[in-house]
Amino acid sequence: MSAEVRILSATGILGSGFREETLNRAMALHPDFIGADSGSTDPGPYYLGSGETLFSDSAYKRDLRLILLAARAAKIPAIIGSACTAGTDGQLDRLAGIAREIAREEKLSFKLGTIRSEQDKGYLKQKLRTGKITPLANAPVLDEGVIERSAHIVGMCGIEPYIEALQNGADVILAGRSSDTSIFSALPVMKGFNPATVWHMAKILECGAACVVLRKYPDCMFATVTNDHFVVEPPNPEYRCDPVSVASHNLYENSTPYELIEPSGVLNTFHAKYEAVSDRAVRVSGSTFKPAHRYTIKLEGAELAGYQSLIVGSVRDPVILHQFNSWLDGLMKAARDRIRSVFGPDIERQYRFDVRVFGKNAAMGKLEPETRIGHEVGLLFQVTAETQELATALMKSVGHIAVHYPVPEWSGLITSIAYPYSPPEIARGPSYRFNMNHVVEPASPLEMFRIGYENV
Amino acid sequence: MAKLWQVAKLIRSKNSGPFELTFDVIFKDRGTYERARDAKIISAEWFAKTYRLSPDAVSVIHYDAASAIKVTIPRPVISGDVDDTDVFGGQQYGPLVDLDVP
Repeated sequence: MSAEVRILSATGILGSGFREETLNRAMALHPDFIGADSGSTDPGPYYLGSGETLFSDSAYKRDLRLILLAARAAKIPAIIGSACTAGTDGQLDRLAGIAREIAREEKLSFKLGTIRSEQDKGYLKQKLRTGKITPLANAPVLDEGVIERSAHIVGMCGIEPYIEALQNGADVILAGRSSDTSIFSALPVMKGFNPATVWHMAKILECGAACVVLRKYPDCMFATVTNDHFVVEPPNPEYRCDPVSVASHNLYENSTPYELIEPSGVLNTFHAKYEAVSDRAVRVSGSTFKPAHRYTIKLEGAELAGYQSLIVGSVRDPVILHQFNSWLDGLMKAARDRIRSVFGPDIERQYRFDVRVFGKNAAMGKLEPETRIGHEVGLLFQVTAETQELATALMKSVGHIAVHYPVPEWSGLITSIAYPYSPPEIARGPSYRFNMNHVVEPASPLEMFRIGYENV
Repeated sequence: MAKLWQVAKLIRSKNSGPFELTFDVIFKDRGTYERARDAKIISAEWFAKTYRLSPDAVSVIHYDAASAIKVTIPRPVISGDVDDTDVFGGQQYGPLVDLDVP
């Protein structure tokens, strides 16, 4: 075993970018592999539900091209996890297609390993029946109906499928849904480095340059891991890390800074030490890793919630704003009455009609403690129904009622909302919802993931 | 008396997965952090009242290594669901900003 392993994290999320000159600087430090996360549940359920991607193919291609060129020139592995946002099989195929295109254009050849994370509904139902699926905090109810309704369900893989692919000689690994940290932990753990040091390094590196003192734009990050500590230092000379910036990163997108739960165990950073080794590099040591007594894979699922039609508008008249709440309540009721008179009483069960009020409580909804409003209020009307056609048809009735809804002070017909668009209604398309927060106990760490190889 | 935003270098909220909302207050210096921590101005009770939860549902962690206090609560609505107002959970810290600190 060599004394250290060097890790280059290209960026926090593939497609968001990094500086080419930073990548070149980092390559001069001789990394053992390049890793990058390509996914997140942060932007919501749409990407898992629909299979669409957070960034454009052009953005993925720009980042992946530079990573593949650098990795092939240095003959080191490139490892990308959670392909194209949610890590569905379709999103993985999309990223693999982009990789093949790059290989063709740049005349690169490599052994491509792909890890599929999408889950079979029959397998999950069987696991549910045998009590091998358990809920995490705040999980919604999971039954066979939820599994059946899901548009896509992915499992979040650990390091084991990556290690399998590396041991089978993959030069480039593209994975479906994966824990962010497994992308960076797999190779060092495979080489026998202390898992506590490795997993802590992975948590710091998985967001690219997020652990610097002031991150002005997405960029690369670099770490050198030995058995009992790692040193993190940004390859971009404009950036610096200090002990507080590195320790602070444990807070990010995590419910506790002291624990990180992975399929194979739990990293505990309670006794971690963060020491400056220069004005821009930090040495981290002292974490512990406790192997799990049962190996679990986290599930993510999304189902269709309906199709939506929206209207955006604003109100400026002080007379209306003075009685805003009662005016809006009256408007909402009048719109529902109009829908009922056009579509009949059966329509009641087939749609939802909601409004978001910008300038009042659009960010916090019912939890907003502030009651004042300003000189202008923005309205976002929202109809949700089973089809886009129905949502749009209902919204057309809302639009006309809303724009002329009166106040007692003005006599004659008024136009009470400013619509910026013609037509006012906007088809938003499908809306999805996350429908599970559970873990599965597979028979083995590889059971839920399908690994394929091809020579590109 | 100072406001929390005057003594913090960062106040933020963010999803910790689609089912939890997490708040970070990172203080400018160790002394202010320790005063705020010991005065318990950021407490399970305050969060329970503001976000209409049971105090048992609120996790408050003092993170000395970063002079930070982290609070995690169940998300009021699952991220991106029809009733959600904030898919990233990024603007839910508003009421914290003007808290009085000793």
